[in-house]
Amino acid sequence: MLRDNSSPIKAGLRLLCLATVLLATPVAAQQAPTREQTLIRMVRQDCGSCHGMHLTGGLGPALTPAALADKPVESLAATIYGGRPGTPMPPWRAMLSEAEATWIAQRLLAGFPQEARK
Amino acid sequence: MNGMNGMNGMTPNAMNRRSLLAALAALPLLQSGCASWSAPALEGSGDLGVVVERARGTLAIINTSRRELVAEVTGLGDLSHASVVFSRDARFAYVFGRDGALSKVDVLQRKLVARIMQAGNSIGGAISADGTLVAAQNYTPGGVKVFDAQTLELVADLPAEYAPGKLSRVVGLVDLPGRRFAYCLFDANAIWIADLSDVRSPKLTKLQNIGKSPYDALVTPNGRHYIAGLFGEDGLALVDLWEPEPRVRRILDGYGRGQEPLPVYKMPHLRGWAVAGRYAYLPAIGRHEVLVVDTQSWQEVGRIPVAGQPVFVIARPDGRQIWVNFAVPDYDRVQVIDTPTQKIVATLTPGKAVLHMEFTPRGEAVWISSRDDNRVSVIDTASLQTLAQLQIDAPSGIFFTSRAARMGF
Repeated sequence: MLRDNSSPIKAGLRLLCLATVLLATPVAAQQAPTREQTLIRMVRQDCGSCHGMHLTGGLGPALTPAALADKPVESLAATIYGGRPGTPMPPWRAMLSEAEATWIAQRLLAGFPQEARK
Repeated sequence: MNGMNGMNGMTPNAMNRRSLLAALAALPLLQSGCASWSAPALEGSGDLGVVVERARGTLAIINTSRRELVAEVTGLGDLSHASVVFSRDARFAYVFGRDGALSKVDVLQRKLVARIMQAGNSIGGAISADGTLVAAQNYTPGGVKVFDAQTLELVADLPAEYAPGKLSRVVGLVDLPGRRFAYCLFDANAIWIADLSDVRSPKLTKLQNIGKSPYDALVTPNGRHYIAGLFGEDGLALVDLWEPEPRVRRILDGYGRGQEPLPVYKMPHLRGWAVAGRYAYLPAIGRHEVLVVDTQSWQEVGRIPVAGQPVFVIARPDGRQIWVNFAVPDYDRVQVIDTPTQKIVATLTPGKAVLHMEFTPRGEAVWISSRDDNRVSVIDTASLQTLAQLQIDAPSGIFFTSRAARMGF
């Protein structure tokens, strides 16, 4: 997306997106920390049933930064959101937005956060 | 204590012969008196069990008669998806950890007695009918390892090598009569039967092309039928182990009826608890249904719509009820099926993220773990009233020692 600066329409769309994000920010900022904790818990606990609570793998592959080193963030996000047909990886679109799938993919590549213990 | 202090205060000379004799005579009485209240009482293990505290690497030991936590054994490593089998004397719990550790816990002495790292990534295990061999099924390296149940010394290594240099992840490991084990090769669409009557030269029977991606399996309580669930297609693979040359046949073929499957957010688990009387109750994959199959004809005789993707479909030991829990996002519910009418008679909400259910040996109560509420609920299976709630950290699997006597557990 960042590489493609040629199209004025796309550039316009990007501006529009940015404006939307900025306008939505006050609401999003309030909910984000709770939602982030929910997503972290979901990945550790629910994704963990196949990928392991420490994401070291199981029926599903390991999701540690080392294991994902050669995977582009977009493809990880697409797998999370849309699943991988022909494998047990289901699409999580019923429980996540695309932006949240991207957030999870980025965090996995960086080393996934631990759950905050109560 | 006061009496002892008083005696210590006397000089030996001051203690006459008469009082010494009296003290000696009282000694056996004192000892037996002590034994009755301060020494550890003799105790059976029949009403003990363990609950996996998945996040803390801890095993909680519980008592199902008193409905209470009796001890915690820590330091067991990564227990996400841990499972447990029991020694024949129902005293030792063998714990298979995700991180490949195999731990042996004494539930009477409430302590860890042996622990080895046997693989990189493990998913469960089984114990032979004679109680001498403990087998672990592993994802990494793909295969089965067999250990001496006393010492945890490795006695046989069975890599699941289905093509040169290629190891399959192993699922669905069960014990069979006669020091044998059956298991599925997830990556190779195969069922292997290992005969370890001579552990120095294991004999393998390999059944190929059983169906796509077997995800788990069960052996029926009589040890006759091994049934593998298939993730990759609608149907299950059945092997009659009493046939002289075991072969695979398909049952419940095409149960999805060509419809697009729903997402499966968690794999169901299969075990011999599927069988209630003449029928077996099995979780559908990608359909919110429990499939009912006649174990005489192996034909489908019904299907029961349920609240979500079933994970555990477990018959009460007498077969009168079937209890079902579900994958995320429907995992706050548990449903009860009445077997004579094949209808759902109750939907319970015992807590957030129900991960497992275990019946007491005769089924008058069921213990249910609710991971996100850090709670185990004990529910009366007749009145459906909650009898007790135990605070246990992120509980997952619950395993009672009565499993020691059940084939396939």
